[in-house]
Amino acid sequence: MAGKGGVGKTTVVAALAVVAARSGLSVLIAEVEGKSGLSKAFGVSDLEYEEIVLSKGISARTLTPDAALAEWLKGNGLGRIARRLNASGILEIVATAVPGMKDILVLGKIKGLEQSRAFDLILVDAPAAGHAVSFLTSPLGLLEAVGVGPIKAQASDVVAMLSDPTRAQVMLVTTPEETPVREAIETAFALEDRVGVALGPIIVNGIYTDDPAIASENDLTKPGVFDHAALEASISLDAQDSGFPLSSNEIRDIADAVSFRHARRQVQSHQADELRDALPIPQLRLPYLFDGEIGFAQIEKLADALGAQIEMLPDPIIREPEANNE
Amino acid sequence: MNSAAMGGSPNDSTSITFASLLADSHVIICAGSGGVGKTTTAAALAIQAARNGQRSIVVTIDPAKRLADALGLPELAPDPVIIDEQLWRRTDDSSSGQLSAMMLDPKATFDALVARYADGVEQAERILANSFYRSISSALGGTQEYMAMEKLHELSECGDYDLIVVDTPPSRNALDFLDAPERLLRLLNNRVFRVITAPARTGLRAAGVAVQTLVRAISRVIGAEVVDDIVAFFRAFEGMEEGFRERAMSVRALIAESTTQFVLITSPRRDAVEEAEYFAERIGDHGYRVSGLIVNRVHPMFGSEHGDTLRSRASALRGLPAMQSGASSARDRMAQHLDVLADFQTVGARERHNLDGVQLRLGRGAAVAFVPFLARDVHSIEALDEIAALIFASPA
Repeated sequence: MAGKGGVGKTTVVAALAVVAARSGLSVLIAEVEGKSGLSKAFGVSDLEYEEIVLSKGISARTLTPDAALAEWLKGNGLGRIARRLNASGILEIVATAVPGMKDILVLGKIKGLEQSRAFDLILVDAPAAGHAVSFLTSPLGLLEAVGVGPIKAQASDVVAMLSDPTRAQVMLVTTPEETPVREAIETAFALEDRVGVALGPIIVNGIYTDDPAIASENDLTKPGVFDHAALEASISLDAQDSGFPLSSNEIRDIADAVSFRHARRQVQSHQADELRDALPIPQLRLPYLFDGEIGFAQIEKLADALGAQIEMLPDPIIREPEANNE
Repeated sequence: MNSAAMGGSPNDSTSITFASLLADSHVIICAGSGGVGKTTTAAALAIQAARNGQRSIVVTIDPAKRLADALGLPELAPDPVIIDEQLWRRTDDSSSGQLSAMMLDPKATFDALVARYADGVEQAERILANSFYRSISSALGGTQEYMAMEKLHELSECGDYDLIVVDTPPSRNALDFLDAPERLLRLLNNRVFRVITAPARTGLRAAGVAVQTLVRAISRVIGAEVVDDIVAFFRAFEGMEEGFRERAMSVRALIAESTTQFVLITSPRRDAVEEAEYFAERIGDHGYRVSGLIVNRVHPMFGSEHGDTLRSRASALRGLPAMQSGASSARDRMAQHLDVLADFQTVGARERHNLDGVQLRLGRGAAVAFVPFLARDVHSIEALDEIAALIFASPA
């Protein structure tokens, strides 16, 4: 999963993992960008390179380039020099000389995990949007830059995985606001053009639900005719009719809240529509959760919403790919 | 917004205000994690400074296109552009302020640095053509950040600006820019490569068996060509490290100056606030101080009723025995309205709780501003105006 910072990518990863686990799949969440708050949401200590179980059917671990490199060197008979490489600072030079080497180490490790078939689904909590594109383009770049050797073999294996939609897909996460939406569109095109990876449904996170009482009043919801005075009058009338008259302050507060919610909601719908027009892929919409910081209860709520929408999708996206390389 | 609830202390005599921060700064570095409105906030600060009569410039990386459009910035402006006064100057304002903006081009900045410290055009060209150099200037973690600081130094030296507002690049680690100069210097001064690349003095043989084995192993993995490029780069670079080191030190000195201020930008979410406090600590570890905190997108609260109270009122309405149909639907609507208000009171109270005492934790006297979540997205000059007004009206 990829998305701009602050769009709730990690939360969505967690919710998707819960959906998959509920349908009986074993899931691995791989964090590639340091601490993400995932462990906190599940009430466990910070993730490590060693796998831990977050909840039934869901495991998680980090995949740092350094640890992946050490493992890879060992696997390639170079274990002895691994430590010296680190100490001498040469590793940084080599990683700089071969841009994307660190990414390929991480992606190579993911590919290894995918092929081990230890999990039905691997969810990768990818770097923030701009970095996600370079993260996923690095194997192709390496194929061009490096002529021979084990790195090249690694890169072409990863490219094979990324270009097979039954093995890997990218799911973008965004919020229904101008900048994240625009960035998601750019990322989607860049991923398709430059990586050739299949895009799964895009997730629009943090959508306000409209006040149903407003949604039913057509006069109030026509664009541009939202009339604050009319809203206050209707609230006042409803209050009297329901037998609990309100003070004018209370009426004003309610009207302010309702109209703020409605205005934001209009912006959000507009942005979600723009996204739909720009990207011909299914959208999964997740509600903004007013009731708390992200914890397990919130993740379950999002999983409910996500699960219901995934069921409605024409093709089973969760069941098919082996690795959901996001 | 209730300033007491935010942990603010308006009577603290040592308090900085955003107005005084603008007036007393030569450089403002905006730092924060992604998605918190850093670029927008940096632009708002620069606009306000220009209105106060300062010659200000905002330096940014990859601003949202509509923000660039709002400022009248062309797609790519690696050099400072003076923003049309009509876009930002108030009609009754006749001060001498000037607003400029530029987008950072890290590679061009690095190229200029190489040209400056090279011993002649030939050395510069050799370096610029080297593919390892091209990797350093585009792919080395922290280079963007370092070049942002480098550009800052250049703008500061040129004397054209009273205030430079730098929007730090979105990076995996929002504080990379603090470590970036050291990181680059460390790479350029790598001892092993200095030994390998000095054949005139010692020769590869003298480098020792251990180093040779290492280099051969590396060649096997990444190819001899790449290693040749690296060696060629270090050879070409010889003699320039000193210049780079001095430059890095003067960049650091500029950041340490009392007229350079750090402003942290955050959202009111708990994780973001915790991260901002962590940033403040790290900035403190480097010997710098955070002078301001701007919390963007704080949810508005409406009135003083508690979320839980409103929610129980809503469910009480729903639980009443059925009446004639008109009254039930009025009750349903009321319950729905009350839930909407309850939602905002709940999220608003939680955010204010997250922010409680943040000013004290940031250190004595830092200016703190809370910018409410607006009903629309911020992309026009008018909206930037509104943001600036909110920052500068916010209680200290």
